[in-house]
Amino acid sequence: MKRKQVLQDLTTRFKQDILDVFDKTKNRVYIEIRPEAIIPISGYIFKDLGARFNIASGVDTRECIEILYHFTIEEINLLISLRVKLDRAKPVIESLTPVGEAFNWIEREMHELLGIRFKGHPELKRLLLPDNWPKGVYPLRADYKEWDKTAIRDRGVK
Amino acid sequence: MKKTIIPIGPYHPLQEEPEFFMLTVEGETVVDVDVQIGYNHRGIEKLSELKSFDQSTFVIERICGICSTSHPFAYTRAVEDIEGVEVPMRAKYIRTIIAEGERIHSHLLWLGLAGHFLGYNTVYMWVWKLREEILDVMEIISGNRNNYAMFKPGGVRRDINPEDIPLIMKKLDKIVPTLKMLFKAVRDDPVIHARTKGIGVLTKEASINFGALGPTSRASGVARDVRKDTVYGAYHEMDWDMIVTNNGDVFDKVVVRILEMFESVKIIKYCLLHLPDGEIDLKIKNIPPGEGIGTHEAPRGETFHYVRSDGSNSPVRHKVRAPTFMNLPTYKATIKGEKIADASIILAAIDPCYCCTERMSIRDTKGERLFNGKELIRLSQIKTQTLKQKLGVKETSLEKLVQGKP
Repeated sequence: MKRKQVLQDLTTRFKQDILDVFDKTKNRVYIEIRPEAIIPISGYIFKDLGARFNIASGVDTRECIEILYHFTIEEINLLISLRVKLDRAKPVIESLTPVGEAFNWIEREMHELLGIRFKGHPELKRLLLPDNWPKGVYPLRADYKEWDKTAIRDRGVK
Repeated sequence: MKKTIIPIGPYHPLQEEPEFFMLTVEGETVVDVDVQIGYNHRGIEKLSELKSFDQSTFVIERICGICSTSHPFAYTRAVEDIEGVEVPMRAKYIRTIIAEGERIHSHLLWLGLAGHFLGYNTVYMWVWKLREEILDVMEIISGNRNNYAMFKPGGVRRDINPEDIPLIMKKLDKIVPTLKMLFKAVRDDPVIHARTKGIGVLTKEASINFGALGPTSRASGVARDVRKDTVYGAYHEMDWDMIVTNNGDVFDKVVVRILEMFESVKIIKYCLLHLPDGEIDLKIKNIPPGEGIGTHEAPRGETFHYVRSDGSNSPVRHKVRAPTFMNLPTYKATIKGEKIADASIILAAIDPCYCCTERMSIRDTKGERLFNGKELIRLSQIKTQTLKQKLGVKETSLEKLVQGKP
């Protein structure tokens, strides 16, 4: 399948859920979708189109929480970035871990660093931050303030 | 059967890096494994947002001491992607040379450690001696054995001196025969066969499901290599082979890595012989607002960088995805059902020391009884006593032993 066919196929198949398609370069495309449709669209790209899931990257734009899911289809050298915009006050989205194991860790990471809740994730526990990190403090949020400036050695190890 | 939990880490004298593995074993068989990471989390993504685009190159070069080129390579490609610029050809060639040199030294480092984990220290010594040659090459080119600081958005910082090329070629020629010998040794050695063939198999389906990358996936028959799939660097300028094998066991991973080193030597040699003339730097002034993605096939798999700019001097968001982030979870698929003795080579990055009793706690299945170091020593002493009684060994005091000396 060629790049044009893939994109056409996607836009006709998920007509209602695709909000915007932006061609960045000949190897890159951004597709903005409705958050509710993340499972069918990513599932289709990951399973049926045989794409590799690169990673997801979350960002706090101050207006909303944005997640980009990056997929690569190697045969046609195309990198698809699915863009989802979530409500900043209560960012919730369906978990993709049941679709593929590849989504597991990055969802855990975004959960602790950006405070996004992934519905249906089998074990949404901490991945990177220490155990004594306070609840509700998300270091990659735009309004994050350093919660404890004393170094670990000065805090005293309990 | 009684289940035992063996914790390894997070800080262990024989582990190179802090990580915590919790192996649940039934007798000799590993039935479950849990991995905890984060002990090395330094918040580099956040740190990068506070630095300028140029400074970030140095910060992310220090993400990993072994892959100190892979991250800058992917990052600079991401920044160039925001602008949509192409770096000069000579810079591309130099980047390729550095990246492939790094692949050789990284694979050699791994191979040495793999030999060490198998208890085959001859391999370890041989390989690490060979690694010095490639580190010398890197030192000739960049002035450093590691952390080369060669990359910058828009090109490279230093040129390759044409007078150095013959010496580099000589060093590379020295590597190939030893590599061949190593390959033969690995291919025919019954000990390595016994310890690695059919061990820790990662199936093709599991590899795709976990999104495994690099040699880990290529050993399972998944032909994915960023150097082939996308056009970047100087990789499309020459002929070289992507190494793919089908068994997915530890042996195949060793084979893929060794064969890849031959390809890397080939690529470096081609680049040195065909190094084009011209500029090495675009001298980028401003980064416009936008998003950029850069990838590079690091020794361990694809490195992925996402950089978002708002037109200011520093990135708004910088996402770093190292290959191990995708490869590490595959342990869950490979280690179950294997023997404890093989866990070390399957986990590969760790060297477990099961007799370090002060780091070990044993629980019975319900987790009610917990033995600490003291109790284990007591248990061990009781066991020695009963053994002594059984075998009829008489206690000999130290004084008697000393007196007995001629």
